[in-house]
Amino acid sequence: MSNKVMQWIDRRFPLTSFVQHDLSEYPTPRNLSYWWNFGSLAGIVLVLQVLTGIFLAMHYKADVNMSFASIQHIMRDVNYGWLLRYMHSTGASAFFLVIFIHMARTLYYGSYRAPRELLWWTGQGLLLLLMGTAFMGYLLPWGQMSFWGATVITNLFRATPFIGDQVVVWLRGDYTVGDETLTRFFALHYLLPFVIIGGVMIHLIALHMVKSSNPSGIDLADKDNIPFHPYFTIKDLYGLGVFLMVYFGFALFFPNLLIEPANNIPANPMQTPNHIVPEWYFLPFYAILRSVPNMVGGVVAMGLSVILFAFMPLLDRSKIPGGALYRPIFRVQFYLFIIDMLILGYIGYVPPTDQTIVIGQIASIAYFCSFFVVPFISTAEEKWLRKRGLPKQVEALIASEELQKAQKKTGGK
Amino acid sequence: MAHDEALGNVGRRDFLFKVTTVVGGVGVAAATVPFITSMNPSADLLAKATTEVDLVGMEPGHMRTVAWQGKPVFVLRRTEEQIKLAVASKGGLEPMADQQRVKQAEWLVVIGVCTHMGCVPNLEGEGWTCHCHGSQYDYSGRVVRGPAGKNLEVPPYHFSAADKLVIGEA
Repeated sequence: MSNKVMQWIDRRFPLTSFVQHDLSEYPTPRNLSYWWNFGSLAGIVLVLQVLTGIFLAMHYKADVNMSFASIQHIMRDVNYGWLLRYMHSTGASAFFLVIFIHMARTLYYGSYRAPRELLWWTGQGLLLLLMGTAFMGYLLPWGQMSFWGATVITNLFRATPFIGDQVVVWLRGDYTVGDETLTRFFALHYLLPFVIIGGVMIHLIALHMVKSSNPSGIDLADKDNIPFHPYFTIKDLYGLGVFLMVYFGFALFFPNLLIEPANNIPANPMQTPNHIVPEWYFLPFYAILRSVPNMVGGVVAMGLSVILFAFMPLLDRSKIPGGALYRPIFRVQFYLFIIDMLILGYIGYVPPTDQTIVIGQIASIAYFCSFFVVPFISTAEEKWLRKRGLPKQVEALIASEELQKAQKKTGGK
Repeated sequence: MAHDEALGNVGRRDFLFKVTTVVGGVGVAAATVPFITSMNPSADLLAKATTEVDLVGMEPGHMRTVAWQGKPVFVLRRTEEQIKLAVASKGGLEPMADQQRVKQAEWLVVIGVCTHMGCVPNLEGEGWTCHCHGSQYDYSGRVVRGPAGKNLEVPPYHFSAADKLVIGEA
């Protein structure tokens, strides 16, 4: 019976072939480490955010006079409202953590290099969408941090040439962040996750075209690929279990750890809190913004600091496989970059003093330099590595890959 | 037949194709106007363009923050000393005479929005300090320390009576 139903469907819609091609038999390198879990994890966090978000939206009111109270209503009166809200607020942080690790893995193993440039760029687009969604969502509780965060960030658009002031008013729909701003942010905060889902589809189509990279950085092709199911469904589920322990650890035991206390005060347009900070995931970029004394310069620097990642496939000239694994200098560069990010994050968090401003400026310069030196260092490093000779097992892998390619060509004939 | 000739005329077809594309493009562009404009401030917000302030009971040195177009406006009744300080200096990063910034020396009216990132500065020390990024303004609302580069804006205002201030109308 079910066989007949499937046949009926398959004649009209490629269901079985799709499931085989992209899920059950999708070829996946057997040597993926746990760092490769974070892509599917990001997808699951996205589902969690959309689910909790939709149910929160059933109780939330996007109106300056009601939104703060409606959050209290969700926390106190709505059945399990506290759980939904804490899952959603913790989920935002979890999302960025997972995405940052996902990006760090791509950078470390050089997975952004050919033929995966489009995979990397679609991921960049998704990061920007995620940032926009998170920023708009942060306004919705209408607390002091929500209000002043949105004020400062919409103010950045004053840097637009000629029509800066009009752009800011247009974005806000008012001369200040107000009711109009709140309502449109809610509308967009609801819309953008679905745009992200569309973007994820494109990201996945690109992935299934070029297949996953792997720690060795060598295309293992059919020889060492194993079907996605059951091997990686199990591995992803195991990773999910570990993730959920950490996630619920925060959501249930320390739900307020990442919520600024000032956001429990209703927004007051007449009074700025003494110390305003963005959410932790924006801190390094905020530090770069503050480090530039000129406002327009700061905005440009901050924009560049996010966009620069997209240039990595062009900046990195090295053809040594495996990224940092077989490239000692690139590995040092990678860790220095991570340390620089952490320093910038700290500088973005503390109130500005003469000393922290200097440290922030040095760290910002180091941030940009670590991108601009990549072409020169990667070229020099490759020359040096080729001269010195790669590790034997790597040479063997490259040789086997080339042999396989050659065989494929002759086999095709 | 003339009809067939028209069909076979490639130049004419190309022309029609281009014209149609252009008209269609302009139509699409025009259709975005209502959507984009709908995001600008609505009529009821624009109607609240002026704010009336009653100055009765304000002592020298006393400041009030009033909302005008949703923005905080500082109304400071300056003391003799504060006026002296403001007149003596030319300002800092954007020099301007104090006389140009007030209508009556006693009353300073400025928009209380830091010209850097839009925070509200606090009245402290010899003027205002913005806690977001550390900009400082003097008793004339002129910026004396960055990162802000511009003075606090003076809104259009006039005194409708001796103790009545109307903000939003010069």
